[in-house]
Amino acid sequence: MAGVVVALVIGAVMLVILKADPVAAYAALIRGAVGSRFGLTQTLVKATPLLLVGLGICIAFRANVINIGGEGQIIAGALAAAWFPLTFPTWPGWLLIPSTMVMGFLAGSIWGFVPGILKARLRVNEILSTIMMNSIALQLMNLLLQGPLMDPAGVKARTFLAQSAQLPAQVWLPRLVPRTLLHAGAIVALVLAVVVYVFLWRTTIGYNIRAVGLNPHASRYSGINVPTYQALSLTLAGGFAGLAGVMEVIGVQHRLLEGLTSGYGFTGIVAALLGSLHPLGLIPASILFGGLLVGADTMQRAVQVPSSLVTALLGLVVLFVSGSALWSRKWAARQRRVEDT
Amino acid sequence: MKNLFSLAVMSGILNTMVSLATPFLYAALGETIAQSAGVVNLGVDGIMLLSAFAAFYVALTTGSLWLGLLAAAIVGLLMGLLMSFVSVTLKAEQGVSGIGLYMFGLGMSSLLFKILIGTVKTVQGFPPVAIPFLGDIPILGPILFRNAVPVYGAFLLVPLVWWMLEKTTLGLRIKSVGQNPAAADSLGISVDRIRYFSVCLGSTLAGIAGASLSICLLNLFQDNLTAGQGFIAVALVYFGGWNPIGVMGGAILFSVVNSLQLWMQVLGVKIPSSVAVMLPYLLTIAALTITVNRMRQPAALNKPFERGEN
Repeated sequence: MAGVVVALVIGAVMLVILKADPVAAYAALIRGAVGSRFGLTQTLVKATPLLLVGLGICIAFRANVINIGGEGQIIAGALAAAWFPLTFPTWPGWLLIPSTMVMGFLAGSIWGFVPGILKARLRVNEILSTIMMNSIALQLMNLLLQGPLMDPAGVKARTFLAQSAQLPAQVWLPRLVPRTLLHAGAIVALVLAVVVYVFLWRTTIGYNIRAVGLNPHASRYSGINVPTYQALSLTLAGGFAGLAGVMEVIGVQHRLLEGLTSGYGFTGIVAALLGSLHPLGLIPASILFGGLLVGADTMQRAVQVPSSLVTALLGLVVLFVSGSALWSRKWAARQRRVEDT
Repeated sequence: MKNLFSLAVMSGILNTMVSLATPFLYAALGETIAQSAGVVNLGVDGIMLLSAFAAFYVALTTGSLWLGLLAAAIVGLLMGLLMSFVSVTLKAEQGVSGIGLYMFGLGMSSLLFKILIGTVKTVQGFPPVAIPFLGDIPILGPILFRNAVPVYGAFLLVPLVWWMLEKTTLGLRIKSVGQNPAAADSLGISVDRIRYFSVCLGSTLAGIAGASLSICLLNLFQDNLTAGQGFIAVALVYFGGWNPIGVMGGAILFSVVNSLQLWMQVLGVKIPSSVAVMLPYLLTIAALTITVNRMRQPAALNKPFERGEN
């Protein structure tokens, strides 16, 4: 939390240097995020993918695997979520919605499995491979949107917009509040946060994942296959990010289009870090950052401060949190050592 | 359609390759120095972005390319200080702090670009300088000896960094801190000071890499100008086995693929542009899997050092 405050203060200083009014900018930011019914629901709409991506990040980071591939995994899930309903448009909603979610989860997990297995078998640095997988997914989406997935209506009207056709209506997630974009995916994400908590702390697989992250050597001696669990955690992380892509497609846009990820893959990392890599701590953290993203757009419109300010501030938050988190862990270890003696 | 394998096109590809290798060389050689001291700086792409903007803005407003280059180096140095403070003094998880630095550079460069410039403008970048006599050699001359000054600098840096790491006391200290910080510490070498120095020097070079993009190769600035080149540069260090010569080999291989990709699009070879753009990233993953020389990896890479913990 202190990291966010410090980052906001530094942001204010930057705004003053850039001759913008920090009070007006932050007031617009807060007004945009919570100042209206629509703003509030938008905050939750953006918190949903952050929560889902963040859940995956939690699982991976708990196994000491750093997943920077959220963006690519979201795209993989979104591609599946557009392709599947367009291919089976006659299926009823009760069947189509769950199977689309499963397909998206699978697609995302494939995008996590590749760097996972490369790390497990060939010790390929997962940070770099997941970043490359992001770029590959982005180009794959461009390729498909200019080809097989391109909206036939756009081809007929010769606009050639890089977007897919609209999905059949029965796959659209129900809206929770009328005339807003808040969709049932938010509830799915909340339930999954509890599921991931139970998974990590109440199941053997979850226990092993955390053990691998805390002490790989001790885990190996106690018979846990460390590389397998690292690959598994990255695969699951990809699945949850893929699900975030599904929600954006069938919950918000109802079609696949460019720029759909909106940097959620990176912001999800920030939310996970700030939520102390705990699935339940992630819930308030993702709402906070969802609000920050919504507010940034309002700020850009109201006081002409580009919303990229928020990206810069998020970067500072990551820097501070990564610095301070290690301090607190070291501090705890030292306390334990004092108690032991 | 011109033949891809004609002499003119081939030499064009090689000529483009030499320029394209420049930012990779600066950034990857800088990262080699930092990693030799045991610090993975993943923020290279962010440093390149903010420095590229600084170089472009200063060159645009003052008209001096050299001042632009200086500004980029200073921005790189400052971001290196920030990275060292978080990663060395605060002992952060380096993968995470590097991503923080990247996001900061990405957001900050876009913010400043939108506020201070607004639209895409161009500058007159560093002009090619022909080296007397050598520049007149047929075919090879135009490829190798008629380039801009920063391009020559990048290739001259390869033996220089090699010499520093392999033949000087400073290089020995850097590598000892990367291999066995506890032993280095017991011999009276300040681990933190060496790591600060290595990260800052590496980041300064990353800054110059950014400048080479914005005021030497592309001569413009736009959002996310680097498109992940900084990350590829980090991968090149693994690929090159922490050896400047190997890193140069990787940079050249990458630039050949990139240059081929650009020329194929120019010549209208029937291949979707997204597949062509995908090639370097696929190649990076392939390169990471065949990094065989892991024996050379600094033993304390990615490990913060604290006295009495080993």
